[in-house]
Amino acid sequence: MSRTPTVPPAAADSVTTGQPAGQDPQPVLGPDPRAAYREALLELAAADPRVICLDSDTGGLEKTFGKQFPDRYVNVGIAEANLMTVAAGLARRGFIPYVHTMATFATMRAGEFLKLDVVGNRLPVRVIATHGGLAAAHFGTSHFALEDLAVTRALADLAVVVPGDPRQVGAATHQLHELPGPGYLRLGRSATPVPPGPAPEFRLGRARVLREGADVTLVAAGPLPLLFALEAAGELAAGGIEAQVLDLHTLHPLDREGLLTACRGRAGVVTVEEHRPQGGLGDAVAEVVSAELALPMRRLAVRGRPGLRVAGQRAALEQLGVSTGAVVDAARHLHARTTAVR
Amino acid sequence: MAVPTTGPPHPSAPAHPAVEAVEAVEADHSSAVSTAPLDPAEMARRIREDAVRMAGGPEGAHVGGSLSCADLMAVLHAQLLRPGDSFVLSKGHAAPALYSVLVQLGRLPAEELDGYTRPGSRLFGHPSHDLPGVEFATGSLGHGLGLSVGLAIAEQLRGGDRHVYTVLGDGELQEGSVWEAALLAGHRKLPGLVAAVDRNGLQITGGTEGCVGLEPLDAKFAAFGWEARIVDGHDLSALHEALQPSPAGPVAVIARTVKGRGVPFLEGRVAGHYAKLKPDLVRRGLAALGQPVAGGTS
Repeated sequence: MSRTPTVPPAAADSVTTGQPAGQDPQPVLGPDPRAAYREALLELAAADPRVICLDSDTGGLEKTFGKQFPDRYVNVGIAEANLMTVAAGLARRGFIPYVHTMATFATMRAGEFLKLDVVGNRLPVRVIATHGGLAAAHFGTSHFALEDLAVTRALADLAVVVPGDPRQVGAATHQLHELPGPGYLRLGRSATPVPPGPAPEFRLGRARVLREGADVTLVAAGPLPLLFALEAAGELAAGGIEAQVLDLHTLHPLDREGLLTACRGRAGVVTVEEHRPQGGLGDAVAEVVSAELALPMRRLAVRGRPGLRVAGQRAALEQLGVSTGAVVDAARHLHARTTAVR
Repeated sequence: MAVPTTGPPHPSAPAHPAVEAVEAVEADHSSAVSTAPLDPAEMARRIREDAVRMAGGPEGAHVGGSLSCADLMAVLHAQLLRPGDSFVLSKGHAAPALYSVLVQLGRLPAEELDGYTRPGSRLFGHPSHDLPGVEFATGSLGHGLGLSVGLAIAEQLRGGDRHVYTVLGDGELQEGSVWEAALLAGHRKLPGLVAAVDRNGLQITGGTEGCVGLEPLDAKFAAFGWEARIVDGHDLSALHEALQPSPAGPVAVIARTVKGRGVPFLEGRVAGHYAKLKPDLVRRGLAALGQPVAGGTS
């Protein structure tokens, strides 16, 4: 029995050029991802009476959703396990619950409730997981979410979406709403830089090429990894290496064809993610690429323990091995290796 | 409009707009489908016989806790659950009792009981949601009350009067998630929600009070905003009265039971929590159950 979330099949149009090769984007600050999400949720609630907002006292929803739709706002309190079970009960009676907590609590504290009650019954619960990765870097280790993608990918029946551009959060929210089964939306905490120009179109389940390049492929998920990949592509181009940049925002179901098309014929693949190497984007890409292509990979992910000194999200990520420079080094290594073999 | 943080919508509020949208999912999830009147004493007797037989299977069974909740299960399914009402077996290890009920309600063929935990059967040691009449897979303890609270909130929002019943184990109350759900149910004054605790006093390693004590249990539920009722869990008429829902808020029924009830060599025995009975013990157990099990407990 296929339990893959139903989304349109991957198609050839998943390859679309957003940024011409050779042009270095200058990032500007994008919109607050949580504000963008809330706006989309209000639109959905206005259009669909099945939408119900379950809060775990996260702060902010009571003033927005709670004011506008008081009879569809339920704050279960600081109780994430109960958040998931109550959502399952409501979904069983026809509601579409949007549950809100931080990524680490949704997947680790409430993980078994997510597995058994929500995903096990394939109920249309939407898990809105904020503070993904190191987005709450200043909060400390209790609030880091560096394992959530391994957990959610392992649940197999759960759509897993990590918007790389906060301007796409609204579209991602609307498209997740259409799925018959459960979904997981990983968001950050505050605004992160985005490349200038209009946001590329978002299509759930379709990877998007943001830059064409024939020499190496950079695959990223999440705002900062995507930014690093785009910055690295600019540096690499200056050195004569053209990098294909792929935004693999939907980790499940994975756009196999889009991924393979973006990688085929290149010297190698570099993955960039704000997650531990185990079970995240790099593993998802390796699973597909290793089965179909003979390409070396370098996987940039958070290795080692987060530091004991406060650092901002970007600085913390860079200290832990995920940075523009690391992407450049990895891509150059792969390119040089293949060139030497030739 | 009601302020959302102060409690549930006013009882006289019109039905929630989602009601019409969700009517389509009102599939036959409830196990309450029997239209013929059922005799709870007879249903309880058959639950016990079936549980003993299943404990004689290749893997054994959670027989002690299935026997202790047999009267509770019988009163709920023979007398109280109406079409549209919900039932969640939070103590999923009492699956033998549930399977027997499903057979007696006509939801499962009787011969399937022989397959319990055997290869090819759909009757696992803990119930799967793929079974007719079973809405949620349970067996991981601490899930049933939260699920029931979700069902009850849905009913509260739609302004309906369908009831939600769940049966919990007493050892299960050591799970913190139970109390997260209990807090929320009390806060929202959920009408029509009844949580029955099979208070047999035993868990795998011994008495509940020697492991992590639960008493005073009624006071705990009362402090969480529930109406708490203590009842003899083997007195059918007392159970029938105690399990009535309240329009004013959630009801906790602490059913004092005996683990292994009805089978003398299992009664009150820790070892009866999970047992694999040899054929002669199955015969002895069935012989003991040949007499109707009367009410009254220690």
